[in-house]
Amino acid sequence: MAETETARDPNTLSEDVVIEINGMHKWYGEFHVLKDINLTVRRGERIVICGPSGSGKSTMIRCINRLEEHQRGQIIVDGTELTDDIKHIDQVRKEVGMVFQHFNLFPHLSVLENCCLAPIWVRKMPRREAEEVAMQYLEKVKIPEQAQKYPGQLSGGQQQRVAIARSLCMNPNIMLFDEPTSALDPEMIKEVLDTMVELAESGMTMLCVTHEMGFAKTVANRVIFMDGGEIIEENEPETFFNHPRHDRTKLFLSQILTH
Amino acid sequence: MKEHVPHPDLPPPISNVGVIGWLRSNLFSSWLNTGLTLLASYLIYLSVPPLIDWAFLRADWFGDSRDACNSGGACWVFVNVRFDQFMYGLYPAAGYWRINLAFGLLVLLAIPLFIERFNHKGLLAAAILFLYPVIAFQLFAGGSFGLEPVETTKWGGLTLTLILSGVGIVASLPIGIILALGRRSEMPIVKSVSVVFIEFWRGVPLITVLFMASVMLPLFLAEGSHFDKLLRAMIGIVLFQSAYMAEVVRGGLAAIPKGQYEAAEALGLNYWKSMGLIILPQALKLVIPGIVNTFIALFKDTTLVLIIGLFDLLGMVQTAITDSNWLGFSIEGYVFAALIFWIFCFSMSRYSQALERKLHTGHAR
Repeated sequence: MAETETARDPNTLSEDVVIEINGMHKWYGEFHVLKDINLTVRRGERIVICGPSGSGKSTMIRCINRLEEHQRGQIIVDGTELTDDIKHIDQVRKEVGMVFQHFNLFPHLSVLENCCLAPIWVRKMPRREAEEVAMQYLEKVKIPEQAQKYPGQLSGGQQQRVAIARSLCMNPNIMLFDEPTSALDPEMIKEVLDTMVELAESGMTMLCVTHEMGFAKTVANRVIFMDGGEIIEENEPETFFNHPRHDRTKLFLSQILTH
Repeated sequence: MKEHVPHPDLPPPISNVGVIGWLRSNLFSSWLNTGLTLLASYLIYLSVPPLIDWAFLRADWFGDSRDACNSGGACWVFVNVRFDQFMYGLYPAAGYWRINLAFGLLVLLAIPLFIERFNHKGLLAAAILFLYPVIAFQLFAGGSFGLEPVETTKWGGLTLTLILSGVGIVASLPIGIILALGRRSEMPIVKSVSVVFIEFWRGVPLITVLFMASVMLPLFLAEGSHFDKLLRAMIGIVLFQSAYMAEVVRGGLAAIPKGQYEAAEALGLNYWKSMGLIILPQALKLVIPGIVNTFIALFKDTTLVLIIGLFDLLGMVQTAITDSNWLGFSIEGYVFAALIFWIFCFSMSRYSQALERKLHTGHAR
């Protein structure tokens, strides 16, 4: 944990900016979902994004790898600006891993094939090497023994860990998590969170949409609160949880922290 | 504190297992069910013994004219005598070996595809798809390598049925897949071309298509240009069936959750890779029953080429029963044709079920 503590100290973070979002807006038809989003993420930063449902938090991180298109403003990921240019989009997607709420593993492929697929077809890695890398990450998420099984034979928690390993096999610089534990049974949340904590300790840049406030407190450098398509408040976890500035944040925190 | 003792596993009640359990739960579970069971037994008793009697016990099998048929049962002599024509149409008897060789070669080539340990399946499949048709065409049509040329108008019988349906099946699936992808495309021109194509071909009866191909099309072609009738019929069948195939495949594509597309995109796979590696394998697996259904329909629809003067298996049977030497044996002819069609269609159906089981990897999202 010592490593985490130093990494959480804002002074030791590198000045290297990996994601820059400037004045970004997005509409779904007439509906203005994201309003003037400004966000700068430095390398190694771990950001937790929370907010009520429909606040646009998922949409925002999905814009970062262009699963959603933004209509105004600028998103620059690792020096590449996201535009309609398909080459730029492919470039960004190679560097950005994503973990989904419903895992989205490929059910017709074994766990190992799920992990090898993108390295082989996108990175042009030889199959043998891709399999070695995949086994390495499956060991990291502690399920190497399930490599030959199909996703349908695994529990939710195991599937989500495979999904994390699958993303890591592409050796991304940035990992996006879109409510990774919301679809899991309570006893499986911990195993996924443990994997994510470990990943954080290894220095990965992470953006997590989650309601796991315990995770936010132990791992995040910064917590962002969104509502109505806007970033309402962002702060270090300590300040965010103990001294929220906005009434909307206070209300949200009181709702999720007390039952 | 009381220790929890797990309840032991007990055997199921006797009435739920074994032959008696099965009979009771499936055939005699209620008064209505019992009544239906008895009624069905009676109908089987009424119909099956006479059928067996006609088709086997009192049937005549060997001979060379109708005089051999005098026992009152089925006259299989008729089928026997005409067998070659049913199989090969009007193809010259001296060339039967060419057809046999072509189909034998196909079977030989296809066997390794079903061997689990054979490692070059992709290569072999490509050879069957692209090289084999050339060889088979050379064998059928002749004209080179010292083979006697045989016009396509002489091709017939089961041979013609298999050629038409084989070409139809092999060509309509890929065209159907392309059309289905086109119809779901976000590019307006690709999308509208696909929609118009599919809706046009689905909207006209196959008979019309065949008539157009055979009667109308030559009128539009330049004087003296020759465009083989069989080829025209083939193209008509392929275009017609690929429109149906497109809709079956589209159903499969629509059933794949959006998350699969997103996961593929998020990993950096481009459109063709995510379609080819992620979406299509799942979508096609889902619609195997629909695809095979279309194949079976296609196989049977090939009999319609009769109306443009091509004589497939059914066409040959119909010609044979109008032969004045064999009048009155149409039932035997039709039963034989039906049996052959049934064998092929049923095999396709069983194969598709086996394929579904083999590709089943557990339900997951």
